[in-house]
Amino acid sequence: MRALCWHGKRKVQVDTVPDPKILNPRDVIIRITSTAVCGSDLHLYNGFVKSMEEGDILGHEFMGEVVEKGSEVKNLGMGDRVVVPFTISCGQCPSCQKQQFSLCDNSNPNAWIPEKTYGDTTAGLFGFSHMLGGYAGGQAEYVRVPFADVGPLKVPSGIPDEKLLFLSDIFPTGYAAVERCNITHGDVVAVWGCGPVGQMAIRSAGILGAAKVIGIDRFAPRLALAEKGGAETINYEECDDLEGELRARTGGRGPDVCIDAVGMEAHGITTVAKIDRAKQALMMETDRPYVLRQVIQCCRKGGRVSIPGVYVGLVDKFPIGTAFSKGLTLSMGQTHMQKYMRPLFDLVEAGKIDPSEIITHRVSLEDAPDAYRVFCDKEDDAVKFVLKPGASRSSPKQN
Amino acid sequence: MKPRMSTNNSAPLVREPVPARRSRPSVRGNKGIKTSTSFTINRPAEELYAFWRNFENLPRVMEHVESVQCMDNGRSHWRVKRSGDKFMEWDAEVINDHPNELIAWRTIEGSDVRHAGTVRFTPAPGGFGTEVKLSVEYEVAGGGFTEGLAKLFRHSPDQQIREDLRRFKQLMECGEIPTTVGQSAAREKEVSLKYEEAK
Repeated sequence: MRALCWHGKRKVQVDTVPDPKILNPRDVIIRITSTAVCGSDLHLYNGFVKSMEEGDILGHEFMGEVVEKGSEVKNLGMGDRVVVPFTISCGQCPSCQKQQFSLCDNSNPNAWIPEKTYGDTTAGLFGFSHMLGGYAGGQAEYVRVPFADVGPLKVPSGIPDEKLLFLSDIFPTGYAAVERCNITHGDVVAVWGCGPVGQMAIRSAGILGAAKVIGIDRFAPRLALAEKGGAETINYEECDDLEGELRARTGGRGPDVCIDAVGMEAHGITTVAKIDRAKQALMMETDRPYVLRQVIQCCRKGGRVSIPGVYVGLVDKFPIGTAFSKGLTLSMGQTHMQKYMRPLFDLVEAGKIDPSEIITHRVSLEDAPDAYRVFCDKEDDAVKFVLKPGASRSSPKQN
Repeated sequence: MKPRMSTNNSAPLVREPVPARRSRPSVRGNKGIKTSTSFTINRPAEELYAFWRNFENLPRVMEHVESVQCMDNGRSHWRVKRSGDKFMEWDAEVINDHPNELIAWRTIEGSDVRHAGTVRFTPAPGGFGTEVKLSVEYEVAGGGFTEGLAKLFRHSPDQQIREDLRRFKQLMECGEIPTTVGQSAAREKEVSLKYEEAK
């Protein structure tokens, strides 16, 4: 089959690789009909995630149909149309039983690596480094899905792939980031980063009852898309004092809920942001905490900070004193996907949200290397790429 | 320094308070390898005990154990992989057996490898399964650490024992042991094994 494979920093290519096989009784093989490039794939692309190996198949946002199944998979039939969550969860360990699916005890075959680094293991993920399981990803024609009796959500025909595809990651991730802040009447929610997860968080904040949503980014098309999703916006490059601006828009209080949908590769325009960039380049810190500091600084006292953006290692000058003094509540982590997929499917089916409106590019799987480059460099107003396996090569943009 | 294990012959074989009913420690003083590890397994103690008590099941979770045969006299014969294509073999006897709580075993006198193990099952708080603690000791007769034990353990013994107990948890909870060995990638060499072997 054809698959998008990692070959080093900013080096990905579509290779012909062996078709996946059933390796365990609870596996299925999916023929992929649609797959997307995630912002977190760019962390791999840029070489910030360790334990990648040359030849790894990337991709963790995909859907398709069941073409082969293991002997223990009873809930899915051949030909079933499914959306697959990016977290692999066994369903039976104490973590899964508490619905903390992304913290599954069992699904990472390389559990010893995060245990040595983080003191504990978390769920294996598709196409996201050997430290997180080393599972082949889904930017491919076919993929093996372990624990298929727990993860994949069966979906009816009649709703196009594009409206359902983001149930695999970014819609639940954006939604959960807001939901765990327990939005109450009158809450103002500020979202740093109007990329795909930020866009989903903005729309989810509206659904969950936020009085006002403020999207923060530096790219005009992303800000326009945030406005389409119901947010006011701030272009931080055109704003001398972001904290002052946020206070001005909230009667001096600051946002009740601040969401870091950027993560470890934050860009900033201040001297401190430049120092973080230099430190990361020199391996003096692994993650750039520029947005992380801002969300803590700008949040109103007693407010909630939520971090769906990915961090992997260490940061400097984390303002713990600010967070402590203001009595902030911080929440973070990978999304407990299996808990959200069914209720969020219902929202899509009911027409409460159309996640496909953030798609800017639809290309063939064969065009994936171009897609990574354009998406990474924020060229061509790119927000979200969807790849179609089996389609013929095309130009990068065809809206 | 507090000794990790007493040299008194009537002292417990492993650090657990196993009742003293033997006259000979399997691993003497501070020699050899002693390690223990724990997991919480979301299954009832009865089920976990029953699997373990039939030692013939253990090669399913203990990667270096090729086979275990239970014999009529209550002893078991263990065949264990060492470096290369070679094996070490020994006979073991159960020295303590509390159904659903504890199993302790050790090699019989005169074995090339002195080995003892205890597995203990304790209900976890809140009804979330069973806390399982595995403690083992190894010493190779007539050989120092490097000649003897290094052949028995490819990697860190602590990690190997932990991976054995992890596979037990995976098998008991999931009915299978998660793996990526044999999956697709754009390369000739299977790297899943590289990560397996790095343990």
